[in-house]
Amino acid sequence: MDGYIYRISGPVVTARGLEGAKMNDVVKVGKSNLVGEIIKLNGDDAIIQVYEDTSGIRPGEPVEDTGRQLSVTLAPGLMGGIYDGIQRPLDKIMAASGDFISRGVEIPAIDYDKKWHFTPTAKEGDAVDSLSIIGTVEETSMITDKIMIPYGISGKIKEIKEGDFTVEETIAIVETDEGDKEIQMMQEWPVRYPRPVKDKLPPDVPLITGQRVIDSLFPVAKGGTAAVPGPFGSGKTVIQQQLSKWSDSKIVVYVGCGERGNEMTEILTTFPELKDPKTGKPLMDRTILIANTSNMPVAAREASIYTGITIAEYYRDMGYDVALMADSTSRWAEALREISGRLEEMPGEEGYPAYLGRKIAEFYERAGRVHSLNGSLGSVTAIGAVSPPGGDLSDPVVQNTLRVTRVFWALDAALANARHFPSINWLNSYSLYIDDLKGWYSSNASDLWSGLYSESMNILQKEADINEIVQLVGYDALPESDKVVLDIARMIREDYLQQNAFDEVDTYTSMHKQFLMLKSIIDIGEKEKAAVARGVLTSQMGKIDAKAKIARMKFTPEEQIDAYYKDLQSSIADMDKIVKISGD
Amino acid sequence: MENVYYKTVKQVTNVLLFVEGIKDAAYNEIVEITLEDGSVVNGQVLDTKDGIAVIQSFGDTTGMNLNSTKIKFTGRTAKLKVSTDMIGRIFNGMGKVRDGGPEIYSDEEADINGSAINPYARDEPSEFIQTGISTIDGMNTLVRGQKLPIFSGSGLPHNRLAAQIARQAKLLNSDEGFSVVFGGIGLNSEEANFFINEFRNTGALDKSIVFLNLASEPSMERLMLPRMALTAAEYLAYKHDMHVLVILTDMTNYCEALREVSAAREEVPGRRGYPGYMYTDLSTIYERAGKIRDKKGSITQIPILTMPGDDITNPIPDLTGYITEGQIVLSRDLYRKGMYPAVDVLLSLSRLRNQGIGKGKTREDHSNVADQMFAAYAHGKDIRNLTEIVGEEALSDSDKEYLHFADLFESKFVKQDYYDDRSIDQTLGIGWDILSNVDRSEMKRIKDAYIEKYGKWKK
Repeated sequence: MDGYIYRISGPVVTARGLEGAKMNDVVKVGKSNLVGEIIKLNGDDAIIQVYEDTSGIRPGEPVEDTGRQLSVTLAPGLMGGIYDGIQRPLDKIMAASGDFISRGVEIPAIDYDKKWHFTPTAKEGDAVDSLSIIGTVEETSMITDKIMIPYGISGKIKEIKEGDFTVEETIAIVETDEGDKEIQMMQEWPVRYPRPVKDKLPPDVPLITGQRVIDSLFPVAKGGTAAVPGPFGSGKTVIQQQLSKWSDSKIVVYVGCGERGNEMTEILTTFPELKDPKTGKPLMDRTILIANTSNMPVAAREASIYTGITIAEYYRDMGYDVALMADSTSRWAEALREISGRLEEMPGEEGYPAYLGRKIAEFYERAGRVHSLNGSLGSVTAIGAVSPPGGDLSDPVVQNTLRVTRVFWALDAALANARHFPSINWLNSYSLYIDDLKGWYSSNASDLWSGLYSESMNILQKEADINEIVQLVGYDALPESDKVVLDIARMIREDYLQQNAFDEVDTYTSMHKQFLMLKSIIDIGEKEKAAVARGVLTSQMGKIDAKAKIARMKFTPEEQIDAYYKDLQSSIADMDKIVKISGD
Repeated sequence: MENVYYKTVKQVTNVLLFVEGIKDAAYNEIVEITLEDGSVVNGQVLDTKDGIAVIQSFGDTTGMNLNSTKIKFTGRTAKLKVSTDMIGRIFNGMGKVRDGGPEIYSDEEADINGSAINPYARDEPSEFIQTGISTIDGMNTLVRGQKLPIFSGSGLPHNRLAAQIARQAKLLNSDEGFSVVFGGIGLNSEEANFFINEFRNTGALDKSIVFLNLASEPSMERLMLPRMALTAAEYLAYKHDMHVLVILTDMTNYCEALREVSAAREEVPGRRGYPGYMYTDLSTIYERAGKIRDKKGSITQIPILTMPGDDITNPIPDLTGYITEGQIVLSRDLYRKGMYPAVDVLLSLSRLRNQGIGKGKTREDHSNVADQMFAAYAHGKDIRNLTEIVGEEALSDSDKEYLHFADLFESKFVKQDYYDDRSIDQTLGIGWDILSNVDRSEMKRIKDAYIEKYGKWKK
């Protein structure tokens, strides 16, 4: 049913005459066919947020209700793609409309002409249900798609064929109570609804990132949630990119939400050249980018994180571990605020709508490690960056995010200025998964792990306390037992927590190497304490062999690490020979 | 729509007019407002619905009334006629000629709001721009296609610095210069004259386009001016393969105008009364910098803003910093000490520095030297603070070296003359000179090979 435009105010358009319009229906606005979504109904008025620039649009122009909800297309061909906030492929938009994004472009998210080789794994007569896996498609060098029965269909397979098909062609027929249903590889899913799951599992497996400060001190579980707030220039983006590159999730969905165009360009130029550390294949083969830069329409920015997480859930349902990075959710919240302002809603804190907290919670709640409806075990880990204004953590977006996320990596401008990277502050950050993950660490890294963890956190905490005293009385006035703690803490900070993302070896550290490194530092610490107890001065131990070796350990390649560790252990054993210098 | 006038103004505030009886005013459509005395002011549609349009006037609403003020809807959104004839000319915030010369005639016109560059079409900025200023070239390198703002304060030499960059900016090993598009937003006439004379005297005006809105002129035009300037810049860059340096000063005045309109529309204010959409709005200006893969030209932006109360957490610098690729921060302390251009390198940052420097671009040792100087200067400044408490006598020899380094860094490296155009070799040379005042064993961030090759320590 066609209606017409009654009012235009920025990205918010009011339409009249849309009979039977439903909330969240996608509409085509004006003669230029701009994409919009109904966000409020009021009498005959349908309030629409428009995903494209509305300049030059006039009252009276037509509005068409498509009757569909804002949905993403899910099918082979997504991997390696770059999309805008409403899943329009930016590479194809460029081919169609040039270097600048013009309005009203309609291009399908995936290639309808490409043929994929479908290999059935189910056979005729098999009973199938929502999301049952019936076959596979090699999507990229690294990702094998599991083709699933669309949600809501159950019955018996009447026919299934192997061969090359486009995503729209029928690959199977399912006999259901309501008659035969043709099954295609392509499915749609409305972005604002979480895809249903069978059950959620406890978060007891960590997402291994190869970043020492994260894996060792503030781990995030697979299916967990993490927040990364940071003032600008504190290295937030580098951390997210490191996680995309190195984390052991099989698939990465990166949502650039209201960020810089050149940052997306950097990802686009570096990812295809980067090799996955485990398979040696291009990283792009397991990455999907959603790019809605700050200057692209604000309403599409609001949609972008839903588009991202829905795609993540789709691959989760196939049984993959997916990491979703959203950079930055503050920009997303600002989009909410801007639209809420246009709707003249009563504002909550700082002008944000009163439902900000609910929206943020709903988003993070879509993360999780789950059994999907077909029984596969997959996860979506959601890592959201927040950009607090002026670095002020009392900002409502930060506060609402902290209420729902369980890991907090506090990026610190002071550390960044001192060129300590990653600039995650070890005193302010936390991970609530530590207890859940203890079991995994003791069986996969070492049963000594939890002791090492507590000891290191303990030393770092003590260092902060001692440093306060130093401010008052000076370093020289400290007792030797305190000086030695400062020395151990310095090793943890400089030789362990500092990690150079741009160094070939240091950029990734396996759990095994992390364990050996941390154990060596704590061992050296124990020997130092013992030496101090014998009357040795901390200053005497400045240049010992073991310390020079621990400093170089992070640059030692993984394959040499065991030999290096052995050698280091003998240097550590030598520390027993350090004796008190007598007489002064 | 030709020659149809509406005389149905129902309400006038100091920037807004509410017009009734109009059925289909387009969103963002440009209108002409004719006053009783025949003078014409432009305006733009901010909100439109069947029967009523809200118009933002670009001029003063003084003298407008409800009976005789006439509104004409032009049927078009804001556009700028573009032509290479614009080079060497001066325009106002609405894109009208203001230097007394002939009008620009052209068949080509472009929407001043532009369109977002497809992120997929962007090319990574990587070509070093030599500004001749050590603190920028050496420590916070500018590259072609970057947007690097100058965060300043009232009374600091940001305008001189901008003029010096405009005069000196060039690429190494290339004859391609820059065309400058200058946007003066709410400047006082002295500042405006400074820039115009500067451009005239150096001959820069012959390859520049100047857009100027004076402090005494309508503040609403300030909202249009950066977009006009960037539209002209995009025309030169993408239609005529030119490399364009866009200088916008003072963005604080732009944001003030944005707040003024927002308040007049009775919108829900965000922080410090600035509208909630200021981030999005600023990004539609700053994000127009860049390089496009299959185009030869490029746009590099240097927006200048004065931080109210020197407060970097104020929404204007804060939101700008989130969009731009770094910032050059000027320091009042350094300026008081006479260290023009008074760049505080520790607070400054160029996010694209590493893309633009190194072997084949500047020099192999560039990144190492810069990192070492950052570390040494930061340490030296810490020690300077310490000295105020404990006195210089209490310092160790090594600490004294660092203290001395911090002084040299400011007096030799930061400080330079307004006409001092240093090559990158000179800049790095000064760096090595002053580093040699610190013990060689402290050079932990520089590769030994570079120390052998460039180091100035006595053997």
